Amino acid sequence: MTETRDSDPYDDGAPPRSVGEVDELSGQVASFGPDTPLALDSGGRLDHLEIAYQTYGELNPERSNAILICHALTGDQYVASVNPETGKTGWWSLMVGPGKAIDTERFFVICSNVVGGCMGTTGPASINPASGKPYGLDLPVITVHDMVRAQAMLLDHLGIDSLFSVAGGSLGGMQVLQWAASYPERVFSALPIATGARHSSQNIAFHEVGRQAVMADPNWRGGRYIEAGVSPRKGLAVARMAAHITYLSDGALHRKFGRNLQDRDELTFGFDADFQIESYLRHQGFTFVDRFDANSYLYMTRAMDYFDLADAHGGRLADAFVGSRTRFCVASFTSDWLFPTIENKSVVRALNAAGASVSFVEIGTDRGHDAFLLDEPELFGTIRGFLSAAAVARGLKP
Amino acid sequence: MKSDGGVLVNGANRVDLVAISELVNQGSRVLDIGCGDGGLLALLEATRRVDGRGIEISQRGVNECVARGLSVVQGDADTDLADYPDDGFDYVILSQTLQATHRPRHVLEEMLRIGRKVIVSFPNFGHWRVRILLGLGGRMPVTRSLPMAWYETPNIHFCTIRDFVELCDEIGASVEKSIALGRTGERNAFSAPLWFWNLFGQQAVFLLTRGLDKP
Repeated sequence: MTETRDSDPYDDGAPPRSVGEVDELSGQVASFGPDTPLALDSGGRLDHLEIAYQTYGELNPERSNAILICHALTGDQYVASVNPETGKTGWWSLMVGPGKAIDTERFFVICSNVVGGCMGTTGPASINPASGKPYGLDLPVITVHDMVRAQAMLLDHLGIDSLFSVAGGSLGGMQVLQWAASYPERVFSALPIATGARHSSQNIAFHEVGRQAVMADPNWRGGRYIEAGVSPRKGLAVARMAAHITYLSDGALHRKFGRNLQDRDELTFGFDADFQIESYLRHQGFTFVDRFDANSYLYMTRAMDYFDLADAHGGRLADAFVGSRTRFCVASFTSDWLFPTIENKSVVRALNAAGASVSFVEIGTDRGHDAFLLDEPELFGTIRGFLSAAAVARGLKP
Repeated sequence: MKSDGGVLVNGANRVDLVAISELVNQGSRVLDIGCGDGGLLALLEATRRVDGRGIEISQRGVNECVARGLSVVQGDADTDLADYPDDGFDYVILSQTLQATHRPRHVLEEMLRIGRKVIVSFPNFGHWRVRILLGLGGRMPVTRSLPMAWYETPNIHFCTIRDFVELCDEIGASVEKSIALGRTGERNAFSAPLWFWNLFGQQAVFLLTRGLDKP
């Protein structure tokens, strides 16, 4: 694993492929019309909704072995296969696949692009049927609950009543918690990883910096950049650079980059990227804008900011899970300061208070929040063990 | 399970665990604090059909528990019991862990808050062999049940059976049952006086409830 690969699973050094050069699994889209509108928390609704998704493995005859994977802020449905737009390997292919901790030879894995995303599911770059133009900011603000409602519609469409498990990290973990709270009878087990039941003030602050960077780019044009034929690339790149720092840790940055200089032997007394860390962040920023829609970034970050599961249950998080028969396994990472252990543990505490079945592990690592996407054998071992035991309890064949 | 009356936990034969399991009613809700690799929880789920939960400080222990299908939270008895609601469990169990906590009194009080009944097992520092090693040998005892040298043992708060009874009295816990165990798990006569099993019991198992005068 190269240094770059180590902290950005999207960047495996492979040259980007053009759109259209898709692999055989891609192209699955479920369409919903006005007869099944998606009612949104904002009060609005989407009468036309497309959900792009991928599946892996086979659904058993009892339809009882399905695992829904929920992706994070800038993830997509290509959890374990090559993303046809970027040519990069699936974002969680270390975790999901044949023989992996989430074993596609045993389980039927579904992953859909969330509502508001930009990889085929309806989002701000999609055409608004009312105007014939891209939604831009006319798309209602999407919440985590809205994302989960849409996923439930997809499962209905696929004829899956009950999930064997729901798994995800970060924003994906928020969706897992929302799933368990909204549809307890449809969720046999749940794996919220490196997440929290609400977005902290500090996290909202970082997101606001990112959004302001996008909106400060003159090419953003009030969100109408697509019609103008431009793109707020610089703003989005800066947003990504700032966010990327929060996914790592001081220790990991120091270990990988230290104060090392980039392609030079001495300081230039200028503002080029003298340091490797500067060069690395610029690279992260500018590769990101090729694959992500700026408005979608605004919507995704907003969804996380608005998430507060306790608030929707009278301020008591435990009430979100009262009577739940779902088996939970929560995991956090010691160096994650975006969703630190204490945030994950508040979920564990609430689950305990609700009398739910919960396990919790804190994985020791210096790789920060991104650790959930990386090669962390302790995490794989925990999830493999948890799912195997849950499969026995569910009566799934070994 | 082992045939000679004990249970294997982390590779050690634990005679106290069978005695503990016999104190637990069928189908109850149980929290095992310091559950190790889950040996006791697995035993209780198999023989008593309990709804079990565990707290364990080591990553390895937690992973082994999760892999065997137990619900175990990685955490520290000294700090994390505050996360549990009042009366959340029928039984809260602390087996061979009290002497390794930083605040045994606090831990015991928290257990009595969380569970309607509390089961505690611990090595008896008043055992005659320990007394001889310390009193006559002049050295910290190293025995079969206390095998580590003073500088590497996690056990920082040893007590005798008599000490423990006194603490129960102080915090208003009432002793419902008490059992003293010899090395191979043989039980000392229940009718024997306190001084007797403080001298001859190698381990003690107590079943406690909140005293009537305490909320």
